[in-house]
Amino acid sequence: MSGRILELNHICKSFPGVRALDDVRFDLEKGEIHALIGENGAGKSTFIKVITGVHRPDSGEIVFDGRRVEMRTPLDSQKIGIAAIYQHVTCYPDLSVTENIFIGHETYHPFTRMIDWKSLHEKAEELLDGLDADFDPRTPMGTLSVARQQMVEIAKALSANARIIIMDEPTAPLTNRESEDLYRISEQLRDRGVSIIFISHRLEDMYRLASRVTVFRDSRWVGTWKLDEISRDELITAMVGRSITQLYPKKAVPIGKEALRVEGLSRTGFFKDVSFSVRRGEILALTGLVGAGRTEVCEAIYGVTRADSGKVILDGEELKVDGPDGAIEKGIGYLPEDRLRQGLILEWELVKNVTLPTLHKFRKRFLMDCKRENLVAKDLLERLEVKAPSVFSEAATLSGGNQQKVIVAKLLNSDMKVIILDEPTKGVDVGAKTAIFRIMTDLAAQGYGIIMVSSEMPEVLGMSDRIVVMREGRVTAIMETKDATQEAILGAAMAAEVMA
Amino acid sequence: MSERRIEIDRPWSWRRFFLRWEWLLVLIFLGVNVVNSSLSEYYLNLDTFLGTPMSFLDKAFLVLPMTFVIILGNIDISVASNVALSAVVMATSYNLGLPMPAAIILCLLVSTACGVVNGLLMTRFKELSAVIVTLSTMIIYRGIAYMILENRAAGKFPEWFSFFGWGSVGPVPFILIVFAVCAVFFSVLLHKTAFGRKVFGMGNNLMASRYSGVRTDSIILAVSALTGLMAGFTAVFLSSRMGSTRPNVAVGYELEVIAMVVLGGVSTSGGKGSLAGPILAIFSVGFLNYGLGLVNVQAQILLIIIGLLLILSVLVLKVRFRGRHSHSAVQPDDVSIRRR
Amino acid sequence: MKADAKLRALRAMKAAERYRELGLLVFIVVLCAVIQVRNPGFLTIENIADLLANTAILGILSVGMMMVILTGGIDLSIGATIALSGMVSALTVTALPGIPPIVSILEGMLVGLAVGSLIGILVARFDVLPIIATLGIMNVVRGVTYLVSKGAWVSSYQMSEGFRSISSGKILGVNNLVALAIVVYAAFGYFLNQTRMGRRVYAVGSNPEAADVSGIPRRNIVAFVYAVMGALSGLAGVLWVSKFASAQGDTAGGYEMNVIAAAVLGGVSIAGGSGKVSGLFLGTILLGILNNALPLVNVSPFWQQAIQGLIILAAILTNVLVKRSGQHQALRKRAI
Repeated sequence: MSGRILELNHICKSFPGVRALDDVRFDLEKGEIHALIGENGAGKSTFIKVITGVHRPDSGEIVFDGRRVEMRTPLDSQKIGIAAIYQHVTCYPDLSVTENIFIGHETYHPFTRMIDWKSLHEKAEELLDGLDADFDPRTPMGTLSVARQQMVEIAKALSANARIIIMDEPTAPLTNRESEDLYRISEQLRDRGVSIIFISHRLEDMYRLASRVTVFRDSRWVGTWKLDEISRDELITAMVGRSITQLYPKKAVPIGKEALRVEGLSRTGFFKDVSFSVRRGEILALTGLVGAGRTEVCEAIYGVTRADSGKVILDGEELKVDGPDGAIEKGIGYLPEDRLRQGLILEWELVKNVTLPTLHKFRKRFLMDCKRENLVAKDLLERLEVKAPSVFSEAATLSGGNQQKVIVAKLLNSDMKVIILDEPTKGVDVGAKTAIFRIMTDLAAQGYGIIMVSSEMPEVLGMSDRIVVMREGRVTAIMETKDATQEAILGAAMAAEVMA
Repeated sequence: MSERRIEIDRPWSWRRFFLRWEWLLVLIFLGVNVVNSSLSEYYLNLDTFLGTPMSFLDKAFLVLPMTFVIILGNIDISVASNVALSAVVMATSYNLGLPMPAAIILCLLVSTACGVVNGLLMTRFKELSAVIVTLSTMIIYRGIAYMILENRAAGKFPEWFSFFGWGSVGPVPFILIVFAVCAVFFSVLLHKTAFGRKVFGMGNNLMASRYSGVRTDSIILAVSALTGLMAGFTAVFLSSRMGSTRPNVAVGYELEVIAMVVLGGVSTSGGKGSLAGPILAIFSVGFLNYGLGLVNVQAQILLIIIGLLLILSVLVLKVRFRGRHSHSAVQPDDVSIRRR
Repeated sequence: MKADAKLRALRAMKAAERYRELGLLVFIVVLCAVIQVRNPGFLTIENIADLLANTAILGILSVGMMMVILTGGIDLSIGATIALSGMVSALTVTALPGIPPIVSILEGMLVGLAVGSLIGILVARFDVLPIIATLGIMNVVRGVTYLVSKGAWVSSYQMSEGFRSISSGKILGVNNLVALAIVVYAAFGYFLNQTRMGRRVYAVGSNPEAADVSGIPRRNIVAFVYAVMGALSGLAGVLWVSKFASAQGDTAGGYEMNVIAAAVLGGVSIAGGSGKVSGLFLGTILLGILNNALPLVNVSPFWQQAIQGLIILAAILTNVLVKRSGQHQALRKRAI
């Protein structure tokens, strides 16, 4: 029960404008739980996709069980025994649990030539029993909780004799109890000789489970350590990097009166009793683990969804909007988390993207005044130093950082009071990050109230004036940044029971 | 800090100008007319040229809003039923004693209301596809038309009403004038106004449009209402041409109309296309039909031609659009495993 | 108090989802009872046999449509395919009155299979939207039908006795059409529930991306489904012409809507991936009753279409509301 099952060396992978993996290495022992950590955009997801054959690396080698392998499609990786369990489980929601486990491998009854449902259900039950999951395999997958769907995915991996199981942020959507179950099962699997790559934001997860940890940062491999040989602080330093402090060009600006206040905002199933406020010139960081409900709160303020109860007060007046158009009109701008799907129309020229929220400003006797539109767009884009040849360039051709600036330009064309930036640096490279931070500081200096949603600790500490921490839909701490520490933030962001 | 200039002039490109689907349609249109005039020496005169459109323009009114619908990424297969219902309401109310002008207005009101009902269903029940919503209203609208008239015909319109379908102003048929006005209105609306810009935006990326403050529901409702209104126009002109109406009028129009829009180069996945294309397609196919009549080819051949053109144009457009977007940036974090 | 009532309503909705088919069955029973009270001639052996024979063709077609819809597609061309295959087989039997009925049936199915395969290639290989591909093919097939018939009708006196007996004959006392429909239901019930390939049809519709990732040959399955739909339409075409004893260019115009309606009523989700043969059966029967029994209770046959439409709309809207309440309940369970 020893020896290497998987080894990756010198893996590089680039996408247009982004270097996603830069000379990355990784190795996995048989029967080992190996944690993989790193900030958002550190390259973990791309790395997983290389292992599972979704992406092909530009260079580098993959060695499986002593043999060099090449994986062109996900099928190739499945065949040699690699299974991946994503947070958003890729299942067939309409089919039963049994079918999700055995689809494509159903066995026929020897005499009737029909699918032998009885024995399949029994086998499924057996597999689930082995995982201490006692639910009926006949239930449709779509009606199960995420935790149970994960169990099914694990059972599926086992039925296919997987030797490596990759779990991508498996605990993020789980409650603490469910996480405990998952820990226990992972340990059982390890004892059976299955190797597990465990990706997580929660340091607790890996201390509880893993024997070794590998850290990625900025698309590079930083190091691999035995977990009993590295302290928590050292790990965080490795994740965040030392040189990173000068990245934050935060300037002290005079802070004005309150711009926006949220009082007791609740939405069933997403967040409850959320209250905080942001003042003019202030940068307020809204942080917490992924899935804590931060984006949902912002979307409710912006009018994309509607809160069930609570108030939003803008400049002393209660804000009642029934859609983003109302929010924009009243002076709230939102840079969405998913810029490709929510922020930009990729097929469109920059100018059309920039003016979309404020088309009414370019009306000249019912028609569009395209000349003025182009001039205004040019002005805004140059002000934000967007690197593009022309206002008619397609948004899809720009790099991530420049795309993000184009979305900011969309917001700046109308009179904003508060600007919400949801994970503004997600998936952009380091240079572009600094540029975005500079824009943020400038905006604050101009008197905008800024709410920045971010999961990245150094960014939160480096850029904000105050910090609001959320956990499981509730605000658990509000602190002044000058008094805040990573430990304090993490403590508030993580479930209390796990800490105890 | 380096000064970078961003261009605001679009350089003239011959390629972009001539590599447009519309030119192909212009060529088809010219080709059809050349063939037609070689078939009949009486063909090439102004009367034929202006008179021929009278025979196919009634459903052309539906092509205009259907272009909006398809650019939005939706589809509406209830339009023909809507035509039947509003025509039946108009004829029946007239026969029951309503003055004809009032009956016409009632017809337009009913058709617009039907459109609005479609729109409301689509915006209130976003889980449902446009296909299934309009499929069910398609059955219902024609069903109501049957309830009203059963298998009877209604009509005996006043003398002046035939002017809509048959009359001319000088040499120009009245229906052609009305269609031209509508075509200009819809073209300007789609290509020159904020409304049109939003329609294109929603077809490309509904979610991004919504996050950018576009009132997506209102746009869908407005487009549905316009579709309904144009169904009313079709009902009026069709009834005028036929002199009476039955619940089974305009059967299959929805398919012809959608075919025209797709032939006109509008992408069925939404967001791309122009109104010039579908309008050219109407005239090309209309004159083609006329030419086939000249050589005594059965009208049914036209069905085959439309069907083949429809499929061919989708295939060609697919290749074209695919080529254009092959250079789009691929992002490292793709959608399937992104997290919230 | 109010919340309590809401919760109870939610539970009822959830139950409705679980017992959807039961609900449909109850609705059918109530409908039959009402009709029976108004007209005692309804539930007689004779009338029921009539009703079944009239619904059999719809039933055969709805099985094919269900498979198409399961993959997330739709087929608008089947009315045209019925007309073409019916016309071709009728013309053949006119020219060669001696050929056995089974040859006519096979001939029709072959025609349908050809049309269906063409659609399958367009949709699966070239990614043409199903609604557009079937729309185009529908036009072509209608045109071809007129061409091969040269615009003429084929009437009953031109058809051989054997050909007409396809629909009027009986096997073991059961009308041929009904017997065929039963065979088709049994065969596809077996195929969809008891074979790997059948389950993959569901998988492809339930999550196409997952199907691609897990190596299910999605494109082949989609093409296959349209080919089967075509073959069944071809079969239906022969039956149709035999039953109504005439083949015309506009035979079965718009009939695709009835078939789609039967599938939707039977609980087949238009988004793909879910739907059961048993539900489909009930949906078809319900539509058959609406088609055949309304005249018996003095509801004008001209009301039929509107009533059908409203019932379909009510069915899909109820479905949405039930799903929504399920999601809402799931959110409440998260206790945030």
